[in-house]
Amino acid sequence: MTGRSRLGGVLAQVFMVVAVALWVTPILFALYVALRPISETNRLGYFSVAKKLTFENFANAWTQSDMWRFFLNSMWITVPAVILTLVLASAVAYVIARVNVKFNLSLLILFTAGNLLPQQVIITPLYRLYLAIPLPKFLSESGLMYNSITGLIVINVAFQLGFCVFVMSNYMRTIPKEIDEAAIVDGASLWKRYWRVTLPLCRPALAALATLLTTWIYNDFFWAITLISTGNKRPITSALANLQGQFVANQNMIAAAALLAAIPTLVVFILLQKQFIRGLTLGATKG
Amino acid sequence: MSDPSQSLIRAAGPLSRRSALKGMAGALGLAALPSLLAACGSDEGSSQGASAPATAASSAGGGAVTFGSNYSDEATKNAFAALVTAATAATGVKVTVNTVDHNTFQNNISSYLQGTPDDLATWFAGYRLQFFAAQNLLEPLDDVWEKIGGTFNDAAKSLSKGVDGKYYLVPLYNYPWVVFYNKSVFKDKGYEVPADWDAFVALCKKMQKDGLVPLAFAEKDGWPALGTFDIINLRVNGYDYHIKLMKHEIPWTDPGVTAVFDHWRELMPFMQKGANGRLWQDAAKDLENKKAGMMFQGSNQVAANYDPSNLGDLDFFPYPVINAQYGQDYMDAPTDGFMLPKNAKNKDAAKKILEYLGTGDAETTFLKTDQWDTGIANGLVAPTYNDIQKKGAQAIAACKAVSQFMDRDTVPDMATAMIKGIQSFIDNPSAANVTSIQKSAEDQAKTIFA
Amino acid sequence: MAVSAPAAAGTAKGPRRRRRFSRRDRLVIVVLLGIPLLIDLAFVWLPAFASLLLSFTKWTGVGSITLESCSDLPKVPGIPQPGCLYGLENYHQAFTVYPDFWPAVRHNAIWLGVFIILATPLGMLFAVVIDRGIRGSRIYQSVLFLPVMLSLALIGIIWELIYSPNYGLINSLIGRTGNDNLIDWLGDPNLNLWAILVEATWRQAGYVMVLYLAGLKAVDPALREAALVDGASARQTFFRVVFPVLRPINIVILVVTVIESLRAFDLVYITSKGNPLRGLELLSVAVTQNIVGETQRIGFGSTLGVVLLVISLVPISVFLYQVLRKEEA
Repeated sequence: MTGRSRLGGVLAQVFMVVAVALWVTPILFALYVALRPISETNRLGYFSVAKKLTFENFANAWTQSDMWRFFLNSMWITVPAVILTLVLASAVAYVIARVNVKFNLSLLILFTAGNLLPQQVIITPLYRLYLAIPLPKFLSESGLMYNSITGLIVINVAFQLGFCVFVMSNYMRTIPKEIDEAAIVDGASLWKRYWRVTLPLCRPALAALATLLTTWIYNDFFWAITLISTGNKRPITSALANLQGQFVANQNMIAAAALLAAIPTLVVFILLQKQFIRGLTLGATKG
Repeated sequence: MSDPSQSLIRAAGPLSRRSALKGMAGALGLAALPSLLAACGSDEGSSQGASAPATAASSAGGGAVTFGSNYSDEATKNAFAALVTAATAATGVKVTVNTVDHNTFQNNISSYLQGTPDDLATWFAGYRLQFFAAQNLLEPLDDVWEKIGGTFNDAAKSLSKGVDGKYYLVPLYNYPWVVFYNKSVFKDKGYEVPADWDAFVALCKKMQKDGLVPLAFAEKDGWPALGTFDIINLRVNGYDYHIKLMKHEIPWTDPGVTAVFDHWRELMPFMQKGANGRLWQDAAKDLENKKAGMMFQGSNQVAANYDPSNLGDLDFFPYPVINAQYGQDYMDAPTDGFMLPKNAKNKDAAKKILEYLGTGDAETTFLKTDQWDTGIANGLVAPTYNDIQKKGAQAIAACKAVSQFMDRDTVPDMATAMIKGIQSFIDNPSAANVTSIQKSAEDQAKTIFA
Repeated sequence: MAVSAPAAAGTAKGPRRRRRFSRRDRLVIVVLLGIPLLIDLAFVWLPAFASLLLSFTKWTGVGSITLESCSDLPKVPGIPQPGCLYGLENYHQAFTVYPDFWPAVRHNAIWLGVFIILATPLGMLFAVVIDRGIRGSRIYQSVLFLPVMLSLALIGIIWELIYSPNYGLINSLIGRTGNDNLIDWLGDPNLNLWAILVEATWRQAGYVMVLYLAGLKAVDPALREAALVDGASARQTFFRVVFPVLRPINIVILVVTVIESLRAFDLVYITSKGNPLRGLELLSVAVTQNIVGETQRIGFGSTLGVVLLVISLVPISVFLYQVLRKEEA
């Protein structure tokens, strides 16, 4: 090793250590504040030596807001939305990759471009549309798409479809065509070739996308803010805005609530980080 | 999950679910497509549509309503829960409360009323009530008022009416916007309650010299500083001027408005810096911690934010006199109450609840837990009133007229425009900036009131 | 590819192909394509198109829209008109009277600028350093990536503790919590956009880093070694050899950057509690404020949405062009 590159190595280490320190500070600071009683930080400010560390704020945030309800809502939205998106996107992707329909390319453009639109561009009519579409009572207490978990699932599916179609169709093209053709020779129907032959081969891509979608849909803020009006039907991420109103005089408790809301994504982060990154990069590098 | 309508459906068994499905299928085919963009109209037809499930619910449950509430912070939530329990006890109507935080509730109100509102909802008196009543989104309450009319004075009555002269609100409480201070601080430093503007400015100077922030101040939420504009306007130009300005019968470029900003500019050096980024709760904290000498805001905020153990030290005085012609005749005393959405499902039961809410008894129940607002019923002095509440009720009663607050007396868009303008003033209170703020306000008023 | 396949297979294949699909297969194709297509059209493209139509109307969102010009309808003071045709008036008002419009455009542009000048190169730098495999690079990568997992709403909340004027971390650290000297990070219109951009960069840099790392991993190591053997310095290798190979990923990152800056919403919304503070106006927030506020100006909000749509069509086209070019190659 030359002196210069050793120096470069030291510089790189210093740079990364500083960056990492800066990067964790906000999260650790929020944790620190959340662990301190409001009476203490009101007197001393957040930046002071803690006299008492307690989980009281977490416990209070949890019980006072019935937080389990928001988590449950998030689950009811995220799980069906992820599954539906993957099934529908892989269906389109399969047709695009394996069946020669004339407008293949236009389809791909349509889906991909739709995913890139800013959400605010479509929200106004969507909102009226949701107020106009009735749903049976077992799908929506309100009897409408608006203010229903079903409605949130549908828009999340519609909006995420584009990205997933794009990734899946790229991925399916890396699967040798011969496999599909051999199945044709065996007399497999199109449905069988899609569901039994191709989809199992896409497992890595599906796993990566599922991780990514779970995080994205769980983290969605905008759709839930605009399309859900009943406080206790909100998923946790947008319920945070509610909690901000509810614990308004207690920033420490808001911090605790925010950190609690982060737990599922942190679990994904710790266990499935690789999948998540794979999902992101599948879309980026193979495009 | 615990929505009673759900359990009703479940109890009614498969039959109702199937028929509901059938009804939906019909509605989907016939109604959905042509009305995609028009959504549910607010004409008479829509209320008929909404009444169908209502009869089902009332015949099955004998009277249960849902209540949309924006009483979202812990203390008010508890006070409201007590009120609702008492209402159920008095009427036999079961009530499920659906709480949404204050800001979200307001932002969603238009779609909420047009969509599937609760049977009752919390709301505000003033233009903000009339605006939605005029668009046929609220149910008139004249029959309710026939029974509760005796409880309220004329001022409360007129606040509860729409422009068509019908009643749309049952009021619960109001609260004064006044200058708060800590008695101990005034006693220790020998300060006196200022009677007029000059004394007020002099007091501010003195406090500053003593190392206090004279006026705690916060504007991050947007609305608090509108109160300062309102009170100076009421003191300088009077109540009628305020109302005309709010209705855009006087232009925002009027010299009267300039005079308001001119007075405010005198105070700016004494107001807490960085207000645009501070929540009012933090400003109230500074008053409570005695870092600040005074704070002008509603008792619903300042007193509610005080630790109960410090509440005994809190006191207030009405805003000092600026123009002798109007003295201390007016103040903002916003009134909160309840409305019945036109699309409500169980209106009969809701009206029963409203009849109870319009009694002194109901107010007393609410005020047992609420230690900062004041009841509206004639001559009500709740046994649980603390000094602040007693004094607040007197201060409001002493006024010749009370206004509601800028964001309740004018079109909400206009209030939003003025929030921007006033935040700009706080950053740069120069005369030149005031001119451009007034011009921009007037330009926007022209499009908003067009 | 899918489109070029039949061409390569020759024209004779056309009719034979058809026979490859039974009637049932064709039905399956229709279902497989039809359902997602219907959802996408109904809930994404139909609203986008309707936004355009609504932008020529004035409507409070209550009742329906009449097909009459607003100027022909009677005006009652204090009561809004029913929905009516407004021509280009909304656009006129947006460009001239509406005070948030130009600041919003400027702030979106600044947002984009900061992402391009700061967040993206920072993310690339992280990626390049980590890619060199220095000690601890896995931990570094994880920590820098962490914010990407968090929702922007949550990021807005935890950063408020950092920026709080009287109690926050920064002002406490630098001793500026007094009334005379405090720095109002989130309220001062000259500062708050930059403060929020620090939060946004904190997240975006990790995002770019991950994308770029994947690109770097895909670069053939032999290419780099060859360059090094030829006596090129590490820097030269990167800029002359690696960077050009990464052209596609660079474009993807560019598009992601532009789209993310147009979509910027959550941070500002949560920081200003839905009521945009001066200095934080953004197009997305302005749209939302007009259409979901207490009183709605649906027509006007749609107009702002259309402006946003027109702007975002530029990066979308760039992206599609890049993708299609690869398809054809």
